Amino acid sequence: MDRHLIQRGLDRTSLPRFLLWLLPWLLLGAWGGISATQLFRDGLYHTNMDNRFAFGLWIILDLAIIALGAGAFFLGFMTYLMRRHEFKQVLNTAVIVGFTCYSGAIVTLAIDVGQPIRAWFAFWHANVHSMLTEVTFCITCYLIVLLIEYIPIVLKNRRLRTVPGATVLEFNLHKLMVVFAGVGAFLSFFHQGSLGGMFGVLNGRPFAYREGVGIWPTTFFLFIWSAISAGPSFIMLITMIVQALTRKQLVDTFVLSRLGRLSGIILSTYIVAKMADTIVWIMVTLPGQGFDAAEFYRSEIFGAWVLFLELTVFGLLPATILLNRRRVESTRWLVVGGFLTCFGVAFNRFVFTLQTLSVPTMSFDRFMIYWPSQQEWGVLAGVVAYGVILYSLSFRYLNLFPRERELQTTTGGN
Amino acid sequence: METHSKATVRYAMVIDLDKCVGCGTCMVACAVENNVSVPPPEALENRGLTWMRTQRVDNGKAWPDHRAVTVPIPCQHCEHAPCIHVCPVTAVQLDESTGIIGQVPTRCMGCRYCMAACPYHARYFNWFDPKWPEGLQDTLNPDVAPRMRGVAEKCNFCHGRLAHAREKAAADGRPADEPVHYVPACVEACPHGAISFGNRLEEGGPIAELEHKPEAFRLLEALGTEPKVTYLSREPWIRRIGLSRLDRVRGHGDGPEGA
Repeated sequence: MDRHLIQRGLDRTSLPRFLLWLLPWLLLGAWGGISATQLFRDGLYHTNMDNRFAFGLWIILDLAIIALGAGAFFLGFMTYLMRRHEFKQVLNTAVIVGFTCYSGAIVTLAIDVGQPIRAWFAFWHANVHSMLTEVTFCITCYLIVLLIEYIPIVLKNRRLRTVPGATVLEFNLHKLMVVFAGVGAFLSFFHQGSLGGMFGVLNGRPFAYREGVGIWPTTFFLFIWSAISAGPSFIMLITMIVQALTRKQLVDTFVLSRLGRLSGIILSTYIVAKMADTIVWIMVTLPGQGFDAAEFYRSEIFGAWVLFLELTVFGLLPATILLNRRRVESTRWLVVGGFLTCFGVAFNRFVFTLQTLSVPTMSFDRFMIYWPSQQEWGVLAGVVAYGVILYSLSFRYLNLFPRERELQTTTGGN
Repeated sequence: METHSKATVRYAMVIDLDKCVGCGTCMVACAVENNVSVPPPEALENRGLTWMRTQRVDNGKAWPDHRAVTVPIPCQHCEHAPCIHVCPVTAVQLDESTGIIGQVPTRCMGCRYCMAACPYHARYFNWFDPKWPEGLQDTLNPDVAPRMRGVAEKCNFCHGRLAHAREKAAADGRPADEPVHYVPACVEACPHGAISFGNRLEEGGPIAELEHKPEAFRLLEALGTEPKVTYLSREPWIRRIGLSRLDRVRGHGDGPEGA
């Protein structure tokens, strides 16, 4: 029924089968939509956040998906500016994943703020000293850049190419991609950093506070570093998942290995920096504020295992796997290394968001715990579903993998 | 802080914990004065609204050595307030002429970053639409605008009363830059006179004198926030509650436990 929309030479599953694939995601999306409606209508009391847990699941989600979406800017930078053309094979996927991550994060933020109708105040009454202002500006600008990068991919659709002027526009936009790759890298660099800076500047929250260079706390640099370590891994995993689901080879195997190795190289340097930062935090920053790191790891929930897990299982281990030339040739090791890297960056954002608010500041405070409400989970499910649906539609109707035709050994898929 | 060095007014509060009996009158007076709405009965713990929280703290010892104190905690109006520089919409401001940290509810977009930044947990979010039980609307103060759902709020040292004092000073023909005297609702209502308020820069004034007493302490001074709320107690264990945990261990041994 929709064959005329599918690119020539690409084999896609039947429309009913495709719709069946979309069905569970549509249901999850509906859960998200119902939750968002309740929250917009009645307010944030449907969440389990409170005056102490001012941030919750959604901020973790925002931070995590923006970090995972870093593959879009970093692979654009590597392809167009560093001229590593092998990554062109996954660049369309990176752009779409980046777009879904960033747009999903903005939708979540709109639900998360108490007065979404005032979101424009962030531009009109901008506080130039706030890291969140910088995040707002850069994310908005970068989303526009991603949209511009997405348009040529859409314009290559078989049907749209028949529209007069579409090909010309696509061609001209394509010529400008190097500029947008540069702009995207610049914007992303700053907002990834500012997301880390958001926590590092909290001088009233010793768990998060970090000293740094000039106005930038060390978390500014560590968040950029960790995001660009996880970005290529996430794109690698997405590509592998799509290959597994469609039972097709979509990119040359060496591209996946190089993505994994790229992640490994950056992750290994990041983890060294993270360890150095942790040592300075424990030995210098915290004592200067009258705090002892051990007290932050004394609760039943946030024990020392948190730090151990972050530095070793989600740091040293995947770095060791992905740095090894033989291991990155193996799909299994790539999946393990990539998954641990991606989970590690999400875990880091979880720790910075939740443990910061959970640990006591005043001597008579207690550790607090928080568990998201059904509506909070609903919004998360909705954002994930939105990402999957948008990617699925893009995969079906657009040419995401330029080498797909040549590599076809198809047996079906969506 | 160039402005600070030129300023002639820095309103500050001193709370004598040895006089406080934990009656909560300050909380009620504050809520009535500032139209703090009443959350519904089903509201979760930590979803309440109060600009003056009273925290019960004990010394962690068993009877007969058990001791407890109630600590009223309003916004500390820090000179280096962690909440100001984080707000993306400039809804939190330091009034350079008074030192008061103001909150602009009509500009707040409810991101709650200021709440995450405050180490004193002195900021509150309007999780619900503002409502007052039947009859309680009659007590609403026409000089203070109630806040809407979805914004943060906190103590502003009774800004409505400050505005009144300024209007009166202007009507009396006093210069606009001359410091005015007024008292916030909690200070007026405290039956034991445990709360003092005034200009800490007034030479020989009562606030400066109280702040320099040996029994004076502030909450989490090591963070460098420079709170304008000072506490007094002759009890050493109470004075230690202001210290961060490491400082307490370093200098004073074991401290209190939250109650």
